[in-house]
Amino acid sequence: MDTVKLTSKVVPELYLEAEHISPDVFAGKSNQEIGDLSVHMGNQTYKISDYFTVEGKAGATAAETKIVVAGDVSKVKYIGMKMTAGEVEVLGNADMYVGAWMEGGKLLVKGSVDSFAGIAMKGGELIIEGDAKNYIGAAYRGDWRGMQGGKIVVKGNVGSDVGSNINGGTIDIGGNADVHLATHAEGGTIIVRGIAKGRVGGQMVKGDIYCLGGVERMMPSFKYDHTEEIELDGKKMNFQVYYGDLGERHGKKKGEIIYGKIYLTAAQPEGGEGATAVKSERKAKLSEKQLEQLATELKEMKEPSVQNVREYIKKTFGIDLKPMQVSRLIDSLSR
Amino acid sequence: MSEYIIKNGTVYDPKTEVKGEVKDICIKDGKIVDKVSSKAKSIDAKGKTVMAGAVEIHAHVAGPKVNEGRNYRPEDKLFTYQPGGKNTRMAGGFSIPTTFKTGYEYAKMGYTTVMEAAMPPLYARHVHEEIKDTPIIDEGAFPVFGNNWFVFEYLKNNEMDNVMAYISWLLKTTKGYAIKIVNPGGSEAWGWGENCTTIHDPVPYFDITPAEIMKGLLTANEKMGLPHSIHVHTNNLGNPGNYKDTLDTFKLAQGVKPNNKFGREQVFHHTHVQFHSYGGDSWANFESKAKEVMDYVNSNKNMTIDLGCVTLDETTTMTADGPFEHHLTTLNHLKWANVDVELETSSGIVPYIYDPKIKVCAIQWAIGLELALYSKDPMRTFITTDHPNAGPFTRYPRIFKWLMSDKSRQEMLKGFKNSDKVMAATTLGSLDREINFYELAQMTRAGPAKALGLTDMCGGLAPGMDADVVIYDINEGKIKDPEEIEKAFSAATHVFKAGTLVVDNGEIISNGNKRTFWVDAKVPTNTQVERDVQMKFLKYYSVNLNNYEVSDHYVANPYVIEVEN
Repeated sequence: MDTVKLTSKVVPELYLEAEHISPDVFAGKSNQEIGDLSVHMGNQTYKISDYFTVEGKAGATAAETKIVVAGDVSKVKYIGMKMTAGEVEVLGNADMYVGAWMEGGKLLVKGSVDSFAGIAMKGGELIIEGDAKNYIGAAYRGDWRGMQGGKIVVKGNVGSDVGSNINGGTIDIGGNADVHLATHAEGGTIIVRGIAKGRVGGQMVKGDIYCLGGVERMMPSFKYDHTEEIELDGKKMNFQVYYGDLGERHGKKKGEIIYGKIYLTAAQPEGGEGATAVKSERKAKLSEKQLEQLATELKEMKEPSVQNVREYIKKTFGIDLKPMQVSRLIDSLSR
Repeated sequence: MSEYIIKNGTVYDPKTEVKGEVKDICIKDGKIVDKVSSKAKSIDAKGKTVMAGAVEIHAHVAGPKVNEGRNYRPEDKLFTYQPGGKNTRMAGGFSIPTTFKTGYEYAKMGYTTVMEAAMPPLYARHVHEEIKDTPIIDEGAFPVFGNNWFVFEYLKNNEMDNVMAYISWLLKTTKGYAIKIVNPGGSEAWGWGENCTTIHDPVPYFDITPAEIMKGLLTANEKMGLPHSIHVHTNNLGNPGNYKDTLDTFKLAQGVKPNNKFGREQVFHHTHVQFHSYGGDSWANFESKAKEVMDYVNSNKNMTIDLGCVTLDETTTMTADGPFEHHLTTLNHLKWANVDVELETSSGIVPYIYDPKIKVCAIQWAIGLELALYSKDPMRTFITTDHPNAGPFTRYPRIFKWLMSDKSRQEMLKGFKNSDKVMAATTLGSLDREINFYELAQMTRAGPAKALGLTDMCGGLAPGMDADVVIYDINEGKIKDPEEIEKAFSAATHVFKAGTLVVDNGEIISNGNKRTFWVDAKVPTNTQVERDVQMKFLKYYSVNLNNYEVSDHYVANPYVIEVEN
């Protein structure tokens, strides 16, 4: 395999759209030709050589080409877009749309990426060693065909809406996942090794979501069904299996209804109907006595603002409430 | 204006009955003329095909539902954008292209007149704003009448004068062209969560049947002598076994004679007949009834149809048939938009993938082509895709290819996943007819122009007519590969719009001087209708009457067709 090394020489003033940084485009081209490929910034068109030095040599086909992207490319979008074979290695962070519409090959980012990495991906392997933002492996805006195949591995945390409309392939998240995981899923597998925040599998029709660190708040439309021993990473584990989204249509296979499934590690004793999925930190609360004290204090304050009251509570009781909780407290106490 | 002479082209023009003769076509001051001076610019069309500009009789290209389709389907535009050029603006989209792309793509295929097939009167301003932004092509829009409360009430009381006065008022107010009827009664019933599935299903509350609505509007249309006939999309679209309802609808026009001064010979146009020619009683035994439908059309000369060919693409269905779109979204589970347009109509949008691997889609594809091949009178059978419902209009050249080449059809039929089932449910495999260039000109030019009452203006190359002329780089006698047909008709080498060269060597060089056609049908003053309109606006409409009318400044370069009666 031949390697082309692109080294960023200038950090773009705005964001650079570089969909041509892909083994499919580079294959069979000389370094001069690669340098002449277009990149866009705003409404202007530039050349790759305006922003990168090109070294090494491209292979004859995509499969024989490896691209190493060095230097600061944290403002470069679309690296490895639509690639079907070969390898891309980004040594630092990258911006949005890394590996978008990818169909094959291997794409490794050593740093973190912004949103939309691997959207509508069909195949290949996308590995992100740092964190990733929102809409990883999701569908393009408006589309109902999200990730359909291949594998995405994010070693760190991910943002919201990861795997929305997923209908194939695997997303493996090492850290935590923000809200709206796998919305509208119709297949595929998602593994969250940290905590999944909430609204997991909304409108899900089919597919599997493993939440090893639990789900902070389960959707009311998912129902506990049974506990099952499943092998994951070569290790047998007990999982509580939840079926959902019960508010959606569900197809049948061999007379049985197919549901989307959320698997929670069964840390508590054998489930049962009452098993709770919520693993969130206990919400801070004021005692009756503290409430009385606060009520008298509020009367003395002329115009109690959320900020002032919050600080008062923090100072006097040592409890840090969320602004929304404080606002509700003020409302209920002043009534 | 400049003079042109198109030399030695092989001309196909049903209007003047020229069937592939080598001839010169002269253009002067925007019109076709017999001869031009020696200063005329000469274009060599030797070995090429020359036809009039094509006329689109039914497409959804402007207005609120088209725009909502664009809004809610960003994925339709993905990777399709073309930057602007010297004479063009940025253009994109596939099944629901931007207004600019609509104009450019039609022009590049040699289409110069296009009719927007369903204009909700309440949103007529939006329709005209988009028409204004669609370059090159002449356009008109058909307001929908088939679910209108005024029409229901007047017809129920048998007040024909009032129906005509209301039609006249609405055409003038919305700057509309013809009477469009979509799922008569059914779209109104949809407001009750119901539908009219046969033409004798009464509409809730109004207690009038679709048959009465269509017959009433047909009678009014002929009494008024409008340039186009009623333009119908009947009940029960898209369901197995619906061909019976279609034939019932056709029979409403039986024996009625046309009355107009525009050379129109039909009293009834049925659109996208492909969606209405289904046999069987479920998707399992779904089959083609194209022959039964066309047997009727062939023997009744007072009606015309257009095809609504399925092109096997991913597209966006949109229609004023609200209940049908709901039915569709429960079938394919894709996103659905739905609107109730107050006293007038409803509307729905659902993306749809006509997948050749699916049996039903392949049968639908075959039915569209069968209709054309069974037709004995190409002057009454027009090629459409009901853009974008059965496929985008940009696929017309592909349909031409299928109609003109048995070989290409057989290849398609054999390539389907369910090939045997498709062949068993249709008769396409046994039809070896190949449409020739003259018939194509009838189906896409002279025919639709005549049906629209524009036969003396466009769709032909007779002296005195608008100089809409197209040159295609193809020679009928020398086609070796059917792909050449699709290629040539996708990209006309030259297109003249009313004497202005708009496409030169396949490139847009001018935005022409587009016009908007509308019909001003004169009727005696009718104070009852005037009062009824005011009352309905006070009582029911969400807008003021003054904010309803499409005033002149909305209409791009208006061309008024006046009808005296």
